[in-house]
Amino acid sequence: MSAAPTGAVLDLSPAPGAAPAGRRVVRHALTEVRLLVRNGEQLLLALVIPLAILVLAAATHGRFVALAAAAPSVLGLAVWSSAFTSVAIATGFERRYGVLERLAATPLGRGGLLLGKALAVVLVVVGQLVVLVVVALLLGWRPAYTWGSLLASAALALLAAATFVALALLLAGRLRAEATLAVANLVYVVLLVGGGLVIALSRYPRMLQPVVEALPTAALGEGLRAGATGVVPGWTFAVLGVWLVVAGFLARRTFRWTA
Amino acid sequence: MPSPTASALEVRDLTVRFGAAPVLDGLSLTARTGALTAVLGPNGAGKTTLLRCCTGLVTPDGGNVRVLGLVPGSAEVTAAVGLMPQSTGAWSGVRAGELLRYLASLYAHPLDVDALVARLGIGAYVRTPYRRLSGGQQQAVNLAGALVGRPRLVFLDEPTAGMDPHARRATWELLRELRSAGVSIVLTTHAMDEAAALADQVWMIDRGRVAASGTVDELTAGGESLESVFLTRTHGVVG
Repeated sequence: MSAAPTGAVLDLSPAPGAAPAGRRVVRHALTEVRLLVRNGEQLLLALVIPLAILVLAAATHGRFVALAAAAPSVLGLAVWSSAFTSVAIATGFERRYGVLERLAATPLGRGGLLLGKALAVVLVVVGQLVVLVVVALLLGWRPAYTWGSLLASAALALLAAATFVALALLLAGRLRAEATLAVANLVYVVLLVGGGLVIALSRYPRMLQPVVEALPTAALGEGLRAGATGVVPGWTFAVLGVWLVVAGFLARRTFRWTA
Repeated sequence: MPSPTASALEVRDLTVRFGAAPVLDGLSLTARTGALTAVLGPNGAGKTTLLRCCTGLVTPDGGNVRVLGLVPGSAEVTAAVGLMPQSTGAWSGVRAGELLRYLASLYAHPLDVDALVARLGIGAYVRTPYRRLSGGQQQAVNLAGALVGRPRLVFLDEPTAGMDPHARRATWELLRELRSAGVSIVLTTHAMDEAAALADQVWMIDRGRVAASGTVDELTAGGESLESVFLTRTHGVVG
């Protein structure tokens, strides 16, 4: 460390004061989005895997999975990857590296930090959905949304994002960062395949269906697939609502801000 | 905005338990406004837990803390306090300048980031991701992050750990400038020479309690060095 010439005078005298709350939250969200966009592993989860499934569905002309089902499933997968896996891993390392500790002591505070994270997730998910919908339409997807089912699908995706973030914070707020990384990736893959997210509930063995149906990933996947045909079933909101209340309560009770 | 008080920090009978074991066990200390207060203690003495109580991250089991006369963690306090945590305190992928501009955006009247970067010699690595910085460079960025909001009080948790002697001396000079500018400073350290060179008041804590306190002159009045006083009054943890 050494002094260097500068044009501006460094006035160290105290002049405390917080920036407006909205600016703090927006600047935090934009910082998180920038960091995520620069992170290759997170981009793989956020875009590359969902795009690969879309292309596979289109290239195999429905022999693997029909594009009509694959497209809304992939939209659900994008919400799952960004709101659960990315948030869990990022928050686990933020806790380990003392980022949460530092930011909690700034005017952003704990509430602003959570709002900023929520806004970052919304910005990332909206970006993902725009890219994936455009690519799916280019590949030949022709959904049969009504205005009602489109709005219901959007509301379901928002509810699912909130639920997945609560689950991510529940995980990242207790486990070590490395354990969070391992568990978040494992849960991502297990529920991608076995959680009714990409594969329709009707294709699971009959005796497993009630179990899969109760998972938040199945509620999102089934809801979005049905929404693309014109109706979103009410039970999908109920399942996600219960998961959100339980995970949100537990995360609030158990979250640790320090490593 | 908090009004000036005689004590920038007041800690009374502070008790924190993690499980059955007390980490802080009836700790009481004060930090005078405009002074540099050093908190010394061996590993596990409770220094970092004390700072976490001061920033509102740890809720005490007993006693109370007043920061600038107010409750820790309140909006008025977070606007007026800077923190340099002991751990890294930054995202691994964030660039040094990017982090400082982000932190500056949280405050109403932040320091000029370019001037701060120049003063702390961060310019050479301002675009380098945090994970690629040396330990001393990371400490410099963390210190800048604690100061960028123009705080009335800064908490520095082992601010010169990992710095080379040049950077360490430059940091000491900066801390003296801060004190002259009216900023109250509370720092934890293991380095006796640092406390001896800088501190207006020293608190030695051991096993969550105050083991000794006073100015450096008062503590060394018997002819012992500060380190000898420390070794006599505190218990070491080896391994």
